[in-house]
Amino acid sequence: MTERMGFFTDTSVCIGCKACEVACKTWNDIPADGVDLLGMSYDNTGSLDANTWRHVAFIEQTVQDDTRWLMSSDVCKHCTEAGCLDVCPTGALFRTEFDTVVVQADICNGCGYCVPACPFGVIDRREDDGRAWKCTMCYDRIGDGLMPACATACPTESIQYGPLDELRERADERLAELHSRGQADARLYGHSPDDGVGGAGAFFLLLDEPEVYGLPSNPVVTTRDLPAMWKRAGLAAVAVAAGVAVSFLGRR
Amino acid sequence: MAECHPVGFQWVMEAKARGAKIIHVDPRFTRTSAVSDVFVPIRAGSDIAFLGALVNYVLTHGKEFREYVVAYTNAAAIINEDFKDTEDLDGLFSGFDAEKRAYDHSSWAYQGAEAQSGAGDPSDRTGGQQHRATAQAEQHGSGGATVSAKPDEDPTLEHPRCVFQILKRHYARYTPEMVEEVCGVPAAKFLEVAEAITANSGRDRTTALCYAVGWTQHTVGVQYIRTASILQALLGNIGRPGGGILALRGHASIQGSTDIPTLFNILPGYIPMPHARQHLDLASFVAEDAGRTGFWGNMDSYTVSLLKAWWGEHATAGNDFCFDYLPRLTGDHGTYSTVLRQIEGECKGYFLVGENPAVGSANGKLQRLGLANLDWLVVRDLQMIESATFWRNGPEIETGELRTEEIGTEVFFMPAAAHTEKDGSFTNTQRLLQWHHKAVDPPGDARSDLWFYYHLGKLIRHRLRDSTDPRDLPVQHLTWSYVEEGPLGEPSAESVLAEINGTGPDGPLSAYTQLKNDGSTSCGCWIYCGVRADGVNQAARRKPGRDQTWVAPDWGWAWPANRRIIYNRASADPDGNPWSERKKYIWWDSAAGRWVGADVPDFEPTKPPDFEPEEGARAQDALGGADPFIMQTDGKAWLFAPAGLADGPLPAHYEPLESPYSNPLYAQQVNPTLQRYDHPANPYNGSAFPYVVTTYRLTEHHTAGGMSRTLPYLSELQPEFFCEVSPELAEERGLEHLGWATIITSRSAIEARVMVTRRMKPLRMREQVVHQVGLPYHWGPNGLSIGDAANDILGVAADPNVHIQEAKAATCDIIPGRRPRGQALLDLVAEYRRRG
Amino acid sequence: MRQWLSSWPVIRQVTGDDPWGRGNAVRSAATERTAPRTAEADSVTRSICPYCAVGCGQQVFVKDGRVTQIEGDPDSPISRGRLCPKGSASKQLVTSPSRVTQVLYRRPYGTEWEQLDLDTAMEMIADRVVEARNEAWQQQDAEGRTLRRTLGIASLGGATLDNEENYLMKKLYTALGAVQIENQARI
Repeated sequence: MTERMGFFTDTSVCIGCKACEVACKTWNDIPADGVDLLGMSYDNTGSLDANTWRHVAFIEQTVQDDTRWLMSSDVCKHCTEAGCLDVCPTGALFRTEFDTVVVQADICNGCGYCVPACPFGVIDRREDDGRAWKCTMCYDRIGDGLMPACATACPTESIQYGPLDELRERADERLAELHSRGQADARLYGHSPDDGVGGAGAFFLLLDEPEVYGLPSNPVVTTRDLPAMWKRAGLAAVAVAAGVAVSFLGRR
Repeated sequence: MAECHPVGFQWVMEAKARGAKIIHVDPRFTRTSAVSDVFVPIRAGSDIAFLGALVNYVLTHGKEFREYVVAYTNAAAIINEDFKDTEDLDGLFSGFDAEKRAYDHSSWAYQGAEAQSGAGDPSDRTGGQQHRATAQAEQHGSGGATVSAKPDEDPTLEHPRCVFQILKRHYARYTPEMVEEVCGVPAAKFLEVAEAITANSGRDRTTALCYAVGWTQHTVGVQYIRTASILQALLGNIGRPGGGILALRGHASIQGSTDIPTLFNILPGYIPMPHARQHLDLASFVAEDAGRTGFWGNMDSYTVSLLKAWWGEHATAGNDFCFDYLPRLTGDHGTYSTVLRQIEGECKGYFLVGENPAVGSANGKLQRLGLANLDWLVVRDLQMIESATFWRNGPEIETGELRTEEIGTEVFFMPAAAHTEKDGSFTNTQRLLQWHHKAVDPPGDARSDLWFYYHLGKLIRHRLRDSTDPRDLPVQHLTWSYVEEGPLGEPSAESVLAEINGTGPDGPLSAYTQLKNDGSTSCGCWIYCGVRADGVNQAARRKPGRDQTWVAPDWGWAWPANRRIIYNRASADPDGNPWSERKKYIWWDSAAGRWVGADVPDFEPTKPPDFEPEEGARAQDALGGADPFIMQTDGKAWLFAPAGLADGPLPAHYEPLESPYSNPLYAQQVNPTLQRYDHPANPYNGSAFPYVVTTYRLTEHHTAGGMSRTLPYLSELQPEFFCEVSPELAEERGLEHLGWATIITSRSAIEARVMVTRRMKPLRMREQVVHQVGLPYHWGPNGLSIGDAANDILGVAADPNVHIQEAKAATCDIIPGRRPRGQALLDLVAEYRRRG
Repeated sequence: MRQWLSSWPVIRQVTGDDPWGRGNAVRSAATERTAPRTAEADSVTRSICPYCAVGCGQQVFVKDGRVTQIEGDPDSPISRGRLCPKGSASKQLVTSPSRVTQVLYRRPYGTEWEQLDLDTAMEMIADRVVEARNEAWQQQDAEGRTLRRTLGIASLGGATLDNEENYLMKKLYTALGAVQIENQARI
């Protein structure tokens, strides 16, 4: 495996232009999603889904009589402990040499187990072909030394791509800088390996609570308890088997 | 800027990261406001009051960059004692003729240097009615108006009639309190801006101002920019790195289409179109400039070289170089006047070339009535735009005002080639020419506009080849042979660029200073001379930015002479030394005896800082070594414009033509010289319209939508026309978020989905509360993302200098629900008109 | 045979370094072939974004005569490889299925578009230009001063075009005596 690669999305410099959404769709040939006015500020995309792998949220707030407009480009978190990957029965989802999580369209049979397994609601099935789709971190591009399409386009470097360790360092510095400028509400999200998904390969600098951006405050990999469950199930099976054996033995 | 120029905005964000303070002044809270340090909501149409108050703040607090002001501006010039200011005449300047609604500018002149008299009436060129009609201020896209010789001066700036003192008196009433009353900006907020800007200007620091059509689309648009110029000149922020007044233009080559103008009033390089009354021959045409000082003094060379480019061997000294082949102006032939001529039936044929006026121009109905009255219309575009389909789905079809079967216009839709399908150059917003190369062939019948006009020209020339009518000589003698390439017979764009660049006896020219007035040189656009220096396409240069200095002089080519910051002599002090180490850019190297630095000096390279011109010198020889503004006749930045403007030597705040408020500054309510277009289909609003309305763009769409509403990826991001209102206005009018609203003016009524947002804020102007309605204007009935066209409700009234319409401030009413259909819509609008 | 067998995911899972079947063991044939389409382009052309006047650099990737990708030019000192959503949609702009690629004609009082041959359309337009020019020709004004112009023809547009195109337009129109020539810069 090569170095783990990731995204650091610094929402404090996001200008909400949605270049990431369009660059992503263009590169990955993703179908358009339809024209619906949602009334969620300037967000007419709504959420990440099978046909939206980058989604810019717009949040209008009033802070001490001043208007604040938060913008944030959301994406698949490429979790260290990825529920979608754990539950995929076909091997369509796999972990790449960059430690990213990617669906292989030629394997996916559309079973959909991965959809509820994602604690962020990212992965989704396409209505027409039924298969599961999500951000690949432009697996094809990064394998050739290019940056993902969204990070390539982003005008203000709100979306940064690189070795995850470097990005984490950069994020720490940026956070300290914002704090020193008095921006006390700045925080990192998905940054810590100790969180419920073992740290995200795509993490964020936010200016408010995660829920404000539509992100779960404490995401936990849905398969976290699986080993323990299997262990218990195994123990139970052993106990049952022992019981059965005993009962048979007892007859003799 | 973040909204409409996101990639340019990366540099603002980078500056911010380095500690720059970003201030955003706008009627609406945009993506720019979201990342700015200070956001100042302002009433649309009140910016001169705001900027004027900044000027006043600078002057009353002694914050001007005194050394720069004394040396490089006309602050010391003494003005004619007949001059009367708006202070004396309650909102008018001296020389106003109420009947003609025009100024005689003669009293605005410098004392000791009267305005230059050309062959015609001196008032024509430098102000006044004819100047206004033919938009001659636009010539000053590359330099100021003409004044002769040097004025009397008082370098102490104490003389009561010196520009500096006049300026002080003129702006004295532009106080923070007045800003509060006119703009709806609290005085404290204004002072925060004033302090930040002045603290960030001087030897060691510069402040940049960026603007777009939010400043130009007003009946006082030119004076908006003038006020900004005065402020920046006082602060020493012109010609220096990090300074300037930067126009953010919205189309890929809108700068280029001004330099090489598809505009009625100018020829390439800002040479004016000749006027019938004034310019009888070449001598009278250039006479005014022939005696001029500054680089415009060579106008004869630029003109003769242009005539040689167009009429080649036929243009000789003996026939005035075919000067007589040029058509003459007699008045305003701007786009809105032309539309009126279409409605009258005089103008019968129309070409629309990558432009969609049925959506993008003010008062869409006026546009469509013009289109419907043509004999023929040629539309060249990529997609089926509304201006090509007005005859089947225009709003007037729905209301019954027009019937398809009764529209006689013959329409040709000629598919255009995209930028990837042709070679050519765009000139970007910073005067940079960048070549784009053809990647693929255009599909089907699609052709480049170069192909279309070249072959159309060939067909027309063929039709007129045997004519003996002298009117056809300019066509017969026109140089019209370009290299044809490939199976489509595409004319070589490179060969056209070569003609634009120009040639002399020794081949391709490399600089406009080589141009001659004797017919030995030809040049299609003098300011572009050098773009093919040494026969190499300099616009196609692509040395990576990371491999050169931050000025990046080896990427593309900037006019003039590849200068990236114009007037950069002002980045050094009068003695030629950098104002400071931090702001070092161009300076005098006395050992080498020349100007050096990161950029091409915008100055004669070996003219020393202490150079004194000889008495009677002309052109650039008349400018001293410390006169940086070399396109000006006196080499100075003009705080006070003694000539060149139709509406006054100094900016004054006037209300928009349609405003619910009276002007608190003067008895004069509106620009007294503003241009009206009186027509039954262009009525102006009366008092029945209580709200301010302004129009704007969104990141996700492009202007009138032909290049964005047709694309799924962009349409889904902003799928529908909407209006933005504050919660307070929504409450006042019963508007519901995501419901429908009807917006009404005396021109029309349109419907939009409602976006109730705190980003729209009611402003308090002392006792009054201003509600503003925000309308993005991208929509029309065609494409994937559709809606009514915001421009349909705007009237046409224009700036008197440049004929740009007031689209950024008007009045309206807004009511809940969808608009009526058919006749009922007309009835609704008629009812509002009756109410006043 | 052995090779075929060893490419079996289950074999790979059991024999390789990925016993849980979450990585190498499950890589599909398509995944193994993964390559960006930009790497397969026949040519890369340097271009400039056609939307606003910032003038961002673009790289146009072409394969088999078709545009397969347009993205920012990292060499540009103006844009440094970045593009906004419109610039990022440039490929859709130039490959749009709704682009009109055939000459269309609406005859006077007509209710529908008709198709027209390009050469015929050019000839018809040339005829109309000459006719409209002559009909509204003004040689002199009332006081006998030269005008040498026509008000019969007008033109609007140029800001989205190339300098070379604007140049030929202005040159041809001026020679024809057409003065009502305008573009978005007025608006």
